[in-house]
Amino acid sequence: MDSLQLLGWSSMALFSIGLVGVVVRRNVLVMLMCMELMLNAVNLALVVFGQRAAAMEATVLVFLVFVVAAAEIAIAIPIVLLLVRRRRSMDADSYMELRG
Amino acid sequence: MSHATSLPTLIVLLPLAGFLLNGLLGNRLGKRFVTVVGCGLPIAAFAMALECLAELSAAGYSPLVDEAYTWFAAGSDKLDIAFYFDRLTAVMVLIVTGVGSLIHVYSTGYMKEDASYARYFAYLNLFLFFMLMLVLGRSLLVLFVGWEGVGLASYLLIGFWFEDPAKAAAGKKAFITNRVGDAGFLLGMFVLYSTLGTLEMDRINAAFMAVPAPAVSASLVGVLLFVGACGKSAQIPLHVWLPDAMAGPTPVSALIHAATMVTAGVYLVARMSGIYMHAPEASALVAGIGAATAFFAATVALVQTDIKKVLAYSTLSQLGFMFVAAGVGAYGVAVFHLYTHAFFKACLFLGAGSVIHALSGEQDVRRMGGLARRIPVTFWTFAVATAAIAGIPPLAGFFSKDEILWFALASARGGSPLLFGVMAVTALLTSFYMFRLLWLTFLGDSRMSAEAEHHVHESPPSMTMVLVVLAALSAVGGFFSIPHVLEPMLALPAEAEGAEAWHSAVVAGSIAIAAAGLAGAAWFFGGKAERAERVRTAFPGLHRVLTNKYYVDEAYEKFLWAPLNWISERVFLGWGDRRLIDGSLHAIVALGQGTARLLSRLQTGNVHFYAFLTLAGLAAALAWSLAHA
Repeated sequence: MDSLQLLGWSSMALFSIGLVGVVVRRNVLVMLMCMELMLNAVNLALVVFGQRAAAMEATVLVFLVFVVAAAEIAIAIPIVLLLVRRRRSMDADSYMELRG
Repeated sequence: MSHATSLPTLIVLLPLAGFLLNGLLGNRLGKRFVTVVGCGLPIAAFAMALECLAELSAAGYSPLVDEAYTWFAAGSDKLDIAFYFDRLTAVMVLIVTGVGSLIHVYSTGYMKEDASYARYFAYLNLFLFFMLMLVLGRSLLVLFVGWEGVGLASYLLIGFWFEDPAKAAAGKKAFITNRVGDAGFLLGMFVLYSTLGTLEMDRINAAFMAVPAPAVSASLVGVLLFVGACGKSAQIPLHVWLPDAMAGPTPVSALIHAATMVTAGVYLVARMSGIYMHAPEASALVAGIGAATAFFAATVALVQTDIKKVLAYSTLSQLGFMFVAAGVGAYGVAVFHLYTHAFFKACLFLGAGSVIHALSGEQDVRRMGGLARRIPVTFWTFAVATAAIAGIPPLAGFFSKDEILWFALASARGGSPLLFGVMAVTALLTSFYMFRLLWLTFLGDSRMSAEAEHHVHESPPSMTMVLVVLAALSAVGGFFSIPHVLEPMLALPAEAEGAEAWHSAVVAGSIAIAAAGLAGAAWFFGGKAERAERVRTAFPGLHRVLTNKYYVDEAYEKFLWAPLNWISERVFLGWGDRRLIDGSLHAIVALGQGTARLLSRLQTGNVHFYAFLTLAGLAAALAWSLAHA
């Protein structure tokens, strides 16, 4: 198993961990971290496939994703903070006002 | 051969200008402005009509044609707004503008205190505009525009005091009843246009006079056009609107519902005489309906107690006389009676208006009596007009009615002893109910309340002057022989063989009839009217039927209105609107709401659940793309 393949599998493992984390964990902050994990797993996969295809565009795209991820987390963290300040709770189940 | 001119357009446009000025500016510029414009422009139109008549006679009585405007052209078909001025038009235009102007002047006194003075004159001028369009139009289409327009003006003026729901309803009734007639008129125009390709009346008449005749039944066209005439001229069975139309101001009743508009049907038949001459069946129908209406209305007029209702039924009856004349081919005589009737009936209505004015709104003759000495000018003019309509020689009504009776008997085109008999009896009734009205209103002892009696006053000069002029015209108008003037255009029918021997007998008979009516009214109502009371109690059933106008309105309500209402209510409203249209919309709404209620259960507000659904969706998408790779 060459190193690229290994990295591919680990990207998939990271994504799965993140996905399961989002679904099963109740802590809002942990859910957010799991989402970041998924994003980075995808980023890793992008790098791996870019290397395999020897495409420089993929590598450039990775840096773009870094920038977007930074911007996204800069918004997501304050949202979580505001939510927590409102309810004094990190439990996602306590925010169910939008039930139809 | 015809001559070009532009005077007719001017005649038509003057009242329109009056309508626009008074309608748009009248309220701002004050009563004096309204009076000057409202009366001045019709008088100017009358002067123009005289000028036009002079031009006509200078042209040797060949018709003047004024092609004002091409309304539209479609392919080779072209419809013009053209005006046509010949002998018949001249008579009609002079009546409309002449009597119309007089009634405008009268209105300045009668409507003086009304808050809507400007609106009244605007409507009155609008009516004149459409009426002139009606009588001057060369094509049936222009005539029809005027025809509908006078209907509109009539509706607006009947419902002039629209705050009173009964008056507004009377306006609606007139308008809707006329629609029935108009349907027949329209069908007649369609038939004519599809066969002849023209609606110009002189061409239509010429086409029916020519050999070979057009490939359409003259009787069919004649009957269809007569249906329209029935509506406008209030003949059986479409007569129900005219008595109710008395809800309008009295000068309006005089102008529209006595002198001019209601005679439009007679004008139409006379104008289309080319068709009716070749349509014996349609002519017989015209005469029959005319005679039936004349008789029916005269009997109802015997017992009415509202002064305007008596006059309204009298108008119906006199219109019946005109249609009888037209039906037996004596079109010139029909127009003659139209012309004399315009004078004496306008005078009667305006006299009634003057009485109502004097009594501050009272219209019931049972609360009048003894007014002759209190309002002498009104009394004398009313008496002259009454004598004229009754046919006392030498007043105008005598000449025209005598000629109608003569042709009802002697015309070779449908005259018969039966028709003559009916008309003679009707003439007797006419004389009787008119003198009854005169007696109850002006003679005998006063039956007024002390309050009303105290306020009795003669009308202002603007009103009495008009009464005097109209009474004078009612007196001498008969010496101007319209049938003779129109003869080159509307020839009188041939007399049946052996009829000539009866001529002097008919003249003597018609004088005797008028005198008998006068004597009868004097005998019944001259004393304390107890003789009339005795007759009434002797025939209570007959009296009830007559008072209720033969229950025609009730019958229409039961057999026309009720079924139509049932269909509208149950079928169109209940099934069509409520179930079909509303129902389908409600069903669509219910479907949307139900679906939304189901789908909203998915929206739990639980973030984990959403994440799980996303996961499931992602997995499904992956599985699908793998399976279809």
